[in-house]
This record gives sequence, C-alpha cells and structure tokens, in this order.
Amino acid sequence: MSSVSLDKKKARPKIARSTYTTIAAVALLVILLVGGHLIYGKILAPNTMSSLLRNYAYLLILAVGLTFTILTGGIDLSVGAIVAFSSVAGVMLVGAGWNTYLVMVLMVLMGTGFGLISGVLVRYFNVQPFIATLSTMFLARGLASMLSTEPVRIPDGSPMKSLSTEVILYDGPKNMDFKISLNVIIAIVVLIIGFIILHRTRFGRTVYAIGGSENSASLMGLPTGRAKLMVYVISGTLAGLAGLVYASRIGNASNVVGTGWELDAIAATVIGGTLLTGGAGYVLGSAVGVFVLGTLNLLINRDGNVPAAATTIITGAILLIFVLLQRAITVSGNRGGLFKRKSRDVAAGGTPPDASSTALPLSESESAESGSAKVSASPAV
Amino acid sequence: MKNLLKNQLFWAAMVLVVLMIINITENGTATIGYSNGRLTGPIIDLFIFSPPILMISIGMTLVIATSGIDLSVGSIMAVAGAVAMQYLHGSSNPNSPATIAIAFILALAVGLLCGAFSGFLVSVVKLQPFITTLIMMLAGRGIANMITGGGNTEGGSSGFNKIAQGTVLGFPLRFIVAIIVLLLVAALVRKTALGMSVEAVGINADAAEMAGVRSNRIQFMVYTLSGLLAAVAGVLTVAYIGRVEVASTGTGAGMEMDAILAVVIGGTSLAGGKFNLGGTVLGAFVITALDQTVVYLGISSAAVPAFKAIVIIGICLLQSDRIHGWFSSPSRSRVVEKKEETPKVVAA
Repeated sequence: MSSVSLDKKKARPKIARSTYTTIAAVALLVILLVGGHLIYGKILAPNTMSSLLRNYAYLLILAVGLTFTILTGGIDLSVGAIVAFSSVAGVMLVGAGWNTYLVMVLMVLMGTGFGLISGVLVRYFNVQPFIATLSTMFLARGLASMLSTEPVRIPDGSPMKSLSTEVILYDGPKNMDFKISLNVIIAIVVLIIGFIILHRTRFGRTVYAIGGSENSASLMGLPTGRAKLMVYVISGTLAGLAGLVYASRIGNASNVVGTGWELDAIAATVIGGTLLTGGAGYVLGSAVGVFVLGTLNLLINRDGNVPAAATTIITGAILLIFVLLQRAITVSGNRGGLFKRKSRDVAAGGTPPDASSTALPLSESESAESGSAKVSASPAV
Repeated sequence: MKNLLKNQLFWAAMVLVVLMIINITENGTATIGYSNGRLTGPIIDLFIFSPPILMISIGMTLVIATSGIDLSVGSIMAVAGAVAMQYLHGSSNPNSPATIAIAFILALAVGLLCGAFSGFLVSVVKLQPFITTLIMMLAGRGIANMITGGGNTEGGSSGFNKIAQGTVLGFPLRFIVAIIVLLLVAALVRKTALGMSVEAVGINADAAEMAGVRSNRIQFMVYTLSGLLAAVAGVLTVAYIGRVEVASTGTGAGMEMDAILAVVIGGTSLAGGKFNLGGTVLGAFVITALDQTVVYLGISSAAVPAFKAIVIIGICLLQSDRIHGWFSSPSRSRVVEKKEETPKVVAA
C-alpha cells in the first residue's frame, strides 16, 4: 500500500509551486545584471545585451529542445555531440562544393536523424532516456571525430556566414548599438514556436501529461508513445539547428565543440523552473535560465581572475542548487493541496479515459519477470 | 546446449575469444614473449590494460544493481590522479615510501569523498542518480584542472609509478593489484548480506525498506565504493603513464561509457536488480580486447566511441522486451501464460 502512495507522490509534482524556481531564476538574473552593472559597469547597455543574445542564440535553441524532453521526465545528453557532428559534417560538405542552402537544411536534418535514433530506443525498446541519449552522444561525437579531428573552416563569403551578419536595430551613442543577426531571430522564432506548441496544442498537453504521470496519461488515451518519440526528434532537430547557428557565428567547426553543452542546456532548463522529474515547467523560464548562464559567463570574463576551468564547476554548482531547490519544493508540495493538483491533472489530460489503450499494461506484464514487485505496484493505482 | 546458446555470458566469452584470436594473429610477435624481465604479447597486454576499466566497472555494477548510474567515474579518476600527481610533484622527496603512501591515500580519500558526495545527494536528498553524477562528471574535470592549474602534471616518482608499471616474476603488478581489489569487493558483497541488499534495493527500494533493508545506507555505500574504486583506477592509470592529463580527452575520458558497457555485456540489467560480478570482469576484458583490436587492425582511434555506441545500442535492444517478444515463439509464451493461470484457478 504505502509503496503505491509513494509512487503517487513522485509522479505528481506541484505545478503552482514550480513557479518559485522560475521566480528565483528571474531574481537571480536581475541580481546578476544589476550587480554586475554596478561592479564592472556597462552590463545594462544595448551593445552588451545584444551581444549576449548573439552569443547565446545556440544555447537558447538547445534549451528549448531540452525543455521538451525534460517535461516528459526524460533527458537528452546528446545535444552537444549532435552540434559537433552537424557543424563538422555541414562545413565539410560546403567545403566539398555542395549547395550551401541545401547543406544548411541537411545540418538540421542530421540532428533529426540522431534524435530519431534516441526516440526510437526510448519509445519502442524502453531504453532509459539517459542511456539512449548517452549512446547517441558517443555515436555523434565518434562520427564527428571520424570526419575530422582538425577544425574545418567555413569558406569566406559563404552564405552560411550570413546567418551571423549583424544588423543594427538601435543606433546608440558611441559603440552602444543594439545589433542582432539572423541567428538571434532564428532562436527567438524557435522559442515562440516552442511556447505555442507546449502551451497551445494537444501535443504540448500530452508532453506535460507524460511528465506528470505516464500511466495516467496513457490510461486517458493520450498518444504517449508518439509524443515520447517526438520530443527526442524535436530536441535532436534543434541541436542540428544549433550546430548551424554556432558554426555560422564562429566561422569554423570542430569535433570537440559542444563538450558539456548538454549540462549548460539542462542547467538553463532546470534553472528556468522545469522540474527534472517532468510534468511542470515553462519554456520561457528556460530562456531566463539561458540568460542567467550567459550573464554569469560574461561576468566571469569581465572579472578576468577566475580560471576557465572554474566555469564548469560554477555551472555545476548552480545547477545543483536549483535541483536541490526543486527537490525542496516537491517535498513541501506533497504536504496538502491535493485538490488543486488533482484538478490540474484532469485539465492537463483533456480527453476522457480510454480503456482501449492497453499498450502500457501489456509491456508491464512482459517485463514482470525481471522486477515483479516494482512493476506490479504501479498499475494498481 | 540450447541453454548455453541463450546465455549472454557465453556469447560475451565467444566475442572475447574471437577478439583475442584477431589480436594474436594481427600482432605479429610471439603470443607470450619475454623481454627485459617482463612477459609480453597480446594476452599479457589484456592484463596490463584492463585494470582501470575493471575497477570502475566493478563499482558501476553495484551502482547499476541498485538501479542507479554513476556517470562521474571517469572524472573521479582524473581528480584522484591529479591529486596524487600534484602531491608527488610538490614533494621534496617523491620516491620515499612515506610520500608514495600519502599520495596513494590522498588519491583514494578524494575519490571516496567525491563518491560519498554523490551518494549523499542520491540517498538522503533523493536526487536522481544521473543528474547528480552528471554534475559530478562535468564539475570533476574542472576540479582536476584547478588542482593541477590546467597543466598535465608529472609526478616524477618512479616508485609511485611502479604500482602500475612494475612486475612480479614478469607478470604485470597492475593486474595483481586489480585482482586483489576485485576479490576484496567480491568477498564484501557475496560473503556478507550486502550483495543481496543491493539487489533488493535495485528490484524495489520501498519493498526492501519494508523488509528491513536500509536502502539509504546501501545507496550511499555503493556510490562511495564506486568513487573509491574510480580513485584506484585513476591511480593505476596515472601511475602507468607517469602523469595526469586533465583535458576533456585525457585521464578517464569516456570511461563511464566503457564501464556501463562492461556491466551490460556482463549480463547485469540496466534496470537494476540482480548483478553478476564475474560477468562484469568478462565484459571489462571484452572492452579492453576491443580497444586493442582497433589498434592492431589499424582503425582510427577516433572511430572507437562511435563503435562502442553502436555496441551499447545493440545490447540495449537485446535486453528490451520487444525484441524478446520477436524471438520467442508464440506457443512458448502461451505455455507460460497457462502456467501462471493454473494456480489462480486452484486458489479460487
């Protein structure tokens, strides 16, 4: 009995309380920006703000993809490696004389391919998401290394570079211009589309429902399998796009680029208030998370005394703090307030329960031989 | 015979034999040679190069058996190696037995601490294992960088390096160290109730708790042990080449993948529960032999991660219920169902 109730607790994080982390993230961002401005100066200036946008457009795109996977309670560790593969392969194809516009489309599709591999492993073969995406990560990184272990340059004057051509939006005094590039517009469009899909479509609601409780979602007749596959395809596709955006900005591509970016993207998503257990969060919060990390890196650069290696430690520490914060919120969220959560869950579900969706109980009876007690507890709900 | 063909370990052993045959034929020199007071040849190479992966995959087996994961082992290897090398580098007499012992203990202590930190977060705070150890994995490499100041510190202690480079009657000392540690761990988990507790936690932590197993303690213990074993692996690695490499492609890079691979080849399910230490040892040998085969066949080492990823995807597929369903004949599954139904009728 009590194991069942434990499962319920885990499966239903409190949605309203998860805004606390997003609020904490916004507060942290404001503190970093204002504090940084007071200490180092020229942080809250049009040129600094716009360069922040241009520098972290790639991370914004990755974080939107990670938000989808994490909302389902999954994870995508392969995004950094996909960036490496798609950028190295794309730049080499341009160098080999392929049509640049075709290659740009191909780069995005390469990401789709890797995402599809992860998605199929998770959806059809019940591989844990982090194992599935860990193997795609090694696959993509290994293939990128097979293509080239030397950085490859985008040829001068290639249309691929035009993505990062800077356009002055606001002509400020001295060099204080607000400049954006196509990359920034792509990232913002991705963010807006992500927001619309997650908050305004059936698919988006299914994503939230899976994270809340996959069993309930599938018993309600939601297409959970398809949605689980799709989030990895989306995440992979966006990683391919991020590879394009990053390569066009840097002007070259290498097989070691993107190492540890999965942590940055996960950190941005988690800082922005998306629960790692899934089911609650905001894609706009992930954007806040990206700017928290971006501002932090900016301040570390301005300071100049912090060694480069410390950046990963600081990112890791901040991620840890926010994961702990989430944990504290879910634990306190389990005390009382049941009614609110119940009504929310129903609202997230949408369609009425459907007895015909037998996919889940079937797979569970098959796996019952390995871990009988663990499995049999959940369908009893 | 049918049972043998179905046994995953049998296939793993076959793969190892095939890989060793390739290694022996492609090597060109004697199968077991003797030069400069040490044995040589592909089989001895297997013993020389397997200890680090052997160590971390033993720890990984126990962690995976509790249905957790430890992605930080490679980074802990680098941290422990960095601590030992930096201490030896800074000491005035790097070859004195006391210095060597302190370097060794310091490295193990740091690994233990890193593992205990993950273990605390997983068991007490109840964070998910993969995110906890992912943070440790990425921060660990940063920590190793900070310890050495970004450089690849050389210890400069031939005495310390003997731990990994030395021989006993021509046989590599490094492997003997690994075997002793392995036997200690095996005795710890199989001669006490610890192993069974680990499996109980992996099958169902709540049920184990109700049956009187302190699942928190067990979880804390396996991550701590995994960190400690990773530190041993780190010491054996840096002592072999005489320096620590802190870059993201350096000491212990990608080793978590190798360890996970060795564990699943060895027949321990990623879902947790029953584990098989002997199988893991076999898995570790397969991975080591594979690394050497790549070298002997002249394939670019850059291809290795992709190759291993394909192997792990294949193993995940083999472990999945869907594939099992494809290969088991429908009549057989019907028999199983009937067997399950009969007692119900009797009970009614």
